[in-house]
Amino acid sequence: MEKNIKDLEAEFQKRIDNGENIEAKDWMPEKYRKTHIRQISQHAHSEVVGMLPEGNWISRAPSLRRKVALLAKVQDEAGHGLYLYSAAETLGISREEMIEQLNNGTAKYSSIFNYPSLTWADMGAIGWLVDGAAIINQVMLTKTSYGPYARAMVRICKEESFHQRQGYEIMLTLCNGTEEQKAMAQDALNRWWWPSLMMFGPRDEESPNTEQSMKWKIKRKSNDELRQQFIDQTVPQADILGLTVPDKDLKWNEDRGHYDFGEIDWEEFWNVVKGNGLCNRKRLKDRNAAWDNGKWVRDAATAYAERQAEKRVSKAS
Amino acid sequence: MNKEWPIWEIFIRSKNGLDHRHVGSLHAADAEMAIQNARDVYTRRQEGVSIWVVESKHITASNPEKSGEYFEPAKDKVYRHPTFYKLPDELKHM
Amino acid sequence: MSDINKEALYDYLLLLGDNSMILGQRLGELCGHGPELETDIALTNISLDLFGQVRNYFQYAAEVVADGRTEDDIAMLRKEHEYKSSLLVEQPNTDFAYVIVRQNFFDHYHYMLLSKLVDSKDEQIVAVAKKSIKEVEYHLDFSSTWVKRLGDGTEESRQRMQDAVNELYRFTRELFKPTETEERMANLGIGADLPSMEEDYYKQLHALLEEATLEVPQGEVFQYGGKEGRHSEYMGYILTDFQFMQRAYPNMKW
Repeated sequence: MEKNIKDLEAEFQKRIDNGENIEAKDWMPEKYRKTHIRQISQHAHSEVVGMLPEGNWISRAPSLRRKVALLAKVQDEAGHGLYLYSAAETLGISREEMIEQLNNGTAKYSSIFNYPSLTWADMGAIGWLVDGAAIINQVMLTKTSYGPYARAMVRICKEESFHQRQGYEIMLTLCNGTEEQKAMAQDALNRWWWPSLMMFGPRDEESPNTEQSMKWKIKRKSNDELRQQFIDQTVPQADILGLTVPDKDLKWNEDRGHYDFGEIDWEEFWNVVKGNGLCNRKRLKDRNAAWDNGKWVRDAATAYAERQAEKRVSKAS
Repeated sequence: MNKEWPIWEIFIRSKNGLDHRHVGSLHAADAEMAIQNARDVYTRRQEGVSIWVVESKHITASNPEKSGEYFEPAKDKVYRHPTFYKLPDELKHM
Repeated sequence: MSDINKEALYDYLLLLGDNSMILGQRLGELCGHGPELETDIALTNISLDLFGQVRNYFQYAAEVVADGRTEDDIAMLRKEHEYKSSLLVEQPNTDFAYVIVRQNFFDHYHYMLLSKLVDSKDEQIVAVAKKSIKEVEYHLDFSSTWVKRLGDGTEESRQRMQDAVNELYRFTRELFKPTETEERMANLGIGADLPSMEEDYYKQLHALLEEATLEVPQGEVFQYGGKEGRHSEYMGYILTDFQFMQRAYPNMKW
């Protein structure tokens, strides 16, 4: 029974509207597949590149307790990258292809990781703000339509639950510490606040993919809604720390039931997206180095595995 | 040489008495590495006591286009379920 | 316990902890830079195991000295010559072959050491050893399979592994040459008798290298000193990172 594409697409959309999950071997529109490959791989790249700014402080963590917590957190990000690459691979692209796209600069990853991590307080601010922003996105994605992606997100959200607490606890300790430590915490908030808001992407009216993504339930809330949610939940957390959010326009709006906030510097946003942040080049250089330096290792393991398999066959015959 | 490590599907028994359950996949050059990688990736939070690995290419899946003919006929066979049978309320356990 | 023995016990705990700590630090440097995600995660697991052991040893050491010092003070606020790690563990992550060979050379020793320490007369050392030996059994398993894989992998991997073996082999014997403290602790039944482990160590190690088609270096001049505080040039840089926060911002809580 041949069905034409139009019917298949209508049926597909009906399944999504009914809240059904789409699985890897199900029929799907080519654009759905491509969009997912792009979004999931970008997400995976963000996890993997995201290891670098925090990895930068593992060797300098101020105490053994902090060191193991940070190591475990950065390690989780490797795991999350792995889960996400696996989810994308169900759509017919290999991990190697995706990594090559990252390494040669054709794939995107979250711009936040192109900012430098300069002090220990940045480990607090990243955990608190960057993971805080990421979780908002990720919780939404646990209900996304594509099954393997949704399942990866469920696992990731479960594991992420300690990440933000880890960061906030670092901030709290600094804010309860000396003047110098508190200043360090404030400085980190000053530098990470705006880039964290930018993590939710451009404003809705400038976000061309949103409508289709909503229809396919890849997204269930718009960029601006998510950004507002983040601000509303984060400002009181800053108050508890006794830190000042670096936005003079930030104000509770009783009528809206939300915080009003100042204009994001979109020029900076697009600059970093286009590769002109302070660390874009360094991040890619580090990823390329890890991959290139690992090539002989991966090749050797393959050669060894093949030889062992041959040995088993010749023994058996 | 440019060959990617193959993909493996990972099954974990979370504690004795339970089935192995599919938890995800990963890359490894051979079965031994797949087991070790699975241990390192999927049991960091005490998720398991036993691991199975199988190379993905060895799994054959049913065709989703046949899901109608395969799975829907079971829908109306309610007599396979205990609630189909009417028994007096006084009978507590059966 | 007499004061002299207490001091020796403290010193012994440093000897145990410092090896795990410096190796853990070296592995921590690799987090995010491994040859494949799965391998990255595996190496970090080893690093986390090692730092867990360090915390156990140093929390106990803090109890033993009982002068207000914490595990972090003990870990981070010593001078370079007061660290007692062996030369082997401070060697750099030159490439993945060095990482694996260094790990494997240490794991063989570490496993044998803990096999002795589970029978120590010191209950706390027994407790740490019993927990650690399971971790280290896996480390040894992991690094040994990688030694075989890379030794008997491609021409390039064999060459890299052989280079690493040739460079690192000369640091192995230090592990078995007891310091005064180690001798005293062995005599008290608290520490391990290191010289008695040496023959088995080389037997096992050589068998593995042979299986991995690697050659055992001949006529090496062995290097000693780390355990007595005489380190290689790398150590100062490791500590520059390791102690940075504690030195730059003294007397603060983190």
